[in-house]
Amino acid sequence: MKEEPIINIKNLYKAFGKNKVLKGISLTVKKGEDLVILGRSGSGKSVAIKCLVGLLKADKGKLEIFGTDITKLNYKQLNKIRLRIGFMFQNGALYDSMSVRENLTFTLKHHADHLTEENIEKQILEALDSVGLIEAIDKMPSELSGGMIKRISLARTIIIKPEIIFYDEPTAGLDTITAQEISELILSVQKKYKTTSIIITHDMICAKMTGNRIILIKDGLIYVQGTYKELENSSDQWVKSFFFATNQYAAAPGFPA
Amino acid sequence: MIAIVKEQLTQAGNFSLFIGRFFKEIFVPPFQINEFLRQCYTIGCKSLPLVSITGFIMGLVLTIQSRPTMTKFGAESWLPSMVSLSLIREIAPVVTALICAGKIASGIGAELGSMKVSSQIDAMEVSAVNPYKYLVVTRILATTLMVPLLVIFADLVGIYGGYIGYNVHGTITMRRYFSEVIEHLDFLDLMPATIKTFFFGFFIGVIGCYKGFNASSGTASVGLAANSAVVTASLSIFIVDMLAVQITDLFF
Ligand SMILES: Nc1ncnc2c1ncn2[C@@H]1O[C@H](COP(=O)(O)OP(=O)(O)OP(=O)(O)O)[C@@H](O)[C@H]1O
Ligand SMILES: [Mg+2]
Repeated sequence: MKEEPIINIKNLYKAFGKNKVLKGISLTVKKGEDLVILGRSGSGKSVAIKCLVGLLKADKGKLEIFGTDITKLNYKQLNKIRLRIGFMFQNGALYDSMSVRENLTFTLKHHADHLTEENIEKQILEALDSVGLIEAIDKMPSELSGGMIKRISLARTIIIKPEIIFYDEPTAGLDTITAQEISELILSVQKKYKTTSIIITHDMICAKMTGNRIILIKDGLIYVQGTYKELENSSDQWVKSFFFATNQYAAAPGFPA
Repeated sequence: MIAIVKEQLTQAGNFSLFIGRFFKEIFVPPFQINEFLRQCYTIGCKSLPLVSITGFIMGLVLTIQSRPTMTKFGAESWLPSMVSLSLIREIAPVVTALICAGKIASGIGAELGSMKVSSQIDAMEVSAVNPYKYLVVTRILATTLMVPLLVIFADLVGIYGGYIGYNVHGTITMRRYFSEVIEHLDFLDLMPATIKTFFFGFFIGVIGCYKGFNASSGTASVGLAANSAVVTASLSIFIVDMLAVQITDLFF
């Protein structure tokens, strides 16, 4: 693992009217690191990563990605950075007027021009193979189940071979087995493409599997950070509450470890 | 009260910016030709049946309804040209545009609205596709181009409807009817009427896109976007029409 920060956030503030969501988040992520962000629903996790890719405008703060402050870039320069980033949305956000194949082609074609048809086909099949859903290639998003949507969405994210991938709740709304499959996929993507990942999740098993560092957001600030082990054994009541429910699940018989 | 005024002004400002962005982005490559053609197809071809039926009925009904009055003045022979003139100058453009507002503006509003709500627009944005260019510019161009074509088509079908309507109570050959129509048609009848349809098309596209693109989150807002797209687009058609008539009056 190289020791250069690929993401460097300093004092990120974001408010919607009177609702102050982020109140000075500072964070660095090194290349190849897999960071998990935890926090109660509505604590501003999605807002934070949306600010990072320029979907929302930060009120204040420095947001460096690949060493450039994205708050100071114009649209064209920002898009250059975005070409190196993958973003998996909370609901999948597949283009529902397009088939799975078109979803991937669309993303690929706008990512790099002058690709031959064979090349595109090859990359699509490779991406779908990574998520194990080649047979869904000609389906429309409306014909897919929730888990399949997440996997296709993951395929669409990795097809451009991004250096950083943001996952917004990749396992939310899935049964535990499917959730674990997705976590494994994330893990294999991390290994195969050597990406840096930022993973927002409520799923502690996913957090344990995919993350090598965890931060907890509370009241618009980073409350605590550390490895899974460190946080699990924390004496803080609030931190403990995150792990408590999960351990009860995990203790149930027949639950995959 | 002040808050409402402020809200309205903000809306108007945002809307102007939205239109301004259209004229800025339309000249900057890359051009999304494929998507533009696809939109022309969806907007144009799919509205054709509806527009033909209404066009036909307008011509037919107008002829049948005007006949008694015209006969009273002994001007029955003027019927073909009067009907086609009112169709071309006013009725076909406005009615067709209103139908397009109902069908196209609501369709665009709902489509873009649901794309917005389900983060598909954000997804485009992060994959470095300019969603304004890909979704909005293509649609506005398509409506601006297709609505005039639909209106011309409605004119033709409407005049044909008039021919059928004439033959309900009288007899006239097709040839005679159409030569009547063409004889009294002036370039000045066609020109302003056609020009204003481009504005109708433009506003249908812009308003549909604006409402959809600015839908707030939540599924209810998709319906709201579609609904207010229709209402606003219909209203704007009447306003544009009124202005167009005033301007034409001034110059010709
Ligand atoms: N576009 C927006 N406009 C106004 N307020 C917003 C917007 N997006 C988010 N918020 C507010 O910001 C706060 C944080 O939202 P966010 O979506 O980041 O939560 P989250 O931590 O991702 O929660 P969850 O785990 O449920 O996804 C919420 O109070 C929400 O109301
Ligand atoms: Mg969220």
